[in-house]
Amino acid sequence: MTQTTAESAARKQRAQIRVRTLRTDRWWLAPAFTFAGLLLFLIYGLWAIFDKSYFVDPYIAPFSSPCLATSCPEGARLFGLAPFGDWYTLPPGILILGLPGGFRLTCYYYRKAYYRSFWLSPPACAVAEPHGKYTGETRLPLILQNIHRYFFYFAIVIGLILTYDAVLALVHKPAGLGSWILLANAVLILCYTFGCHSCRHITAGRLNHFSRHPLRYKAWTLVSKLNARHQQFAWASLFSVMIADLYVRLVAKGVINFPFA
Amino acid sequence: MGYKAKFRVWRGEGGEGRLEDFTVEVNEGEVVLDVIHRLQATQAPDLAVRWNCKAGKCGSCSMEINGKPRLGCMTRMSTFEESETITVTPLRTFPVIKDLVTDVSFNYQKAREIPSFTPPADVKPGEYRMQQVDVERSQEFRKCIECFMCQNVCHVIRDHEENKPNFAGPRYLMRIAELDMHPYDVAERKESAQEEHGLGYCNITKCCTEVCPEHIKITDNALIPMKERVVDRKYDPLVWLGSKIFKRQR
Repeated sequence: MTQTTAESAARKQRAQIRVRTLRTDRWWLAPAFTFAGLLLFLIYGLWAIFDKSYFVDPYIAPFSSPCLATSCPEGARLFGLAPFGDWYTLPPGILILGLPGGFRLTCYYYRKAYYRSFWLSPPACAVAEPHGKYTGETRLPLILQNIHRYFFYFAIVIGLILTYDAVLALVHKPAGLGSWILLANAVLILCYTFGCHSCRHITAGRLNHFSRHPLRYKAWTLVSKLNARHQQFAWASLFSVMIADLYVRLVAKGVINFPFA
Repeated sequence: MGYKAKFRVWRGEGGEGRLEDFTVEVNEGEVVLDVIHRLQATQAPDLAVRWNCKAGKCGSCSMEINGKPRLGCMTRMSTFEESETITVTPLRTFPVIKDLVTDVSFNYQKAREIPSFTPPADVKPGEYRMQQVDVERSQEFRKCIECFMCQNVCHVIRDHEENKPNFAGPRYLMRIAELDMHPYDVAERKESAQEEHGLGYCNITKCCTEVCPEHIKITDNALIPMKERVVDRKYDPLVWLGSKIFKRQR
């Protein structure tokens, strides 16, 4: 196989334009905002994992749900159960955040977002990337992106648990503002989860004869509608989960204490 | 109302060349290709530019306008400020023949490497019976006009010439997806998409979709579904187990 380098004869046949890009628009704006948004999420997540004010009846902060150990307050435990018993004493977020985190990390939209904004590969279309070599997702570690569908299965469970938390808060009398915030967050997370490309593939994308599977085809068309807005749901749910989580913690700390909070 | 526009155009043969400055008249309703033609007619008679339909359907006049891959015939001059200098260069990923004309034979070579439509041996031409829902997904990909702007903008080969032998590019990975989704195609395409045509190089940054003049959702509707099919075939142990237990065709 012929190998070529950046200075090879084949490369030199291209127009030798010595600038990284000739784009005149503000191409750097989108990756800059993406970088800032994702960094904010990472910093907040790191703080939230170790913050202990994650429960105030009837709210549980999404970053700490489900709570699965006896170290969790009784009302915070999922179905009142503590399958991890008393040996687990670390914050509950450490136990479960790897699953939704892995779902977002391997998500086809977020891959585009962080490949562009963090790895600059490429930072924007028709803007040269700074790396000398590129193998993409053909080898370790990036070949592991192919396990996305397994994270999707777990993400469904987490999404349903967050919905359950929101419904529990809503049926509590009187239902406060936090219940609605948790519900809005759960809806956005479910829209993001069910609009996932793996979900689209599993419903019917893998089939070649839609006409033989009308129900699966119907499901595929619905998922495709969500999938067309996957980027919007990815960002909306990213911020909604931070807002809902912060709201619960502020209520738990007593910072927010107005009636119907 | 006409005005004088400032243009910088790449002139040269092979890789050697330079950006030359011109001042050209622009009239209302014109596109970049019209201005390039006026330049050719009035100031640079030897300026080479490939064009054909002037209607955005032949894909001949692909070029880079202010650094972005565009069709010259579909880029309206009214989208630029009158004071703006418009830079026009050839596609950066392919060898330059002369000025704005590039040698795009890389794409024809990649096209030849993909096995053509392969129907089942027992189905004769004229016996194909397909529902519209079965074929409309891949009909989107048939809108491709082969302007090769997706091939040009893809950083896998744009920034890494060394990947060209191993990577078919978005246009031809989309062709593989189109055939793999066809109800009557029986050729093995998933394994070869990954191993021979370099689907794994794609990191789904969607530049191909951004530049497509036909607005084909190349990444969402062709490349990602194809990646998921490859996962079925190569990386998902549950699918493998299911195919063994239920003797399903994978």
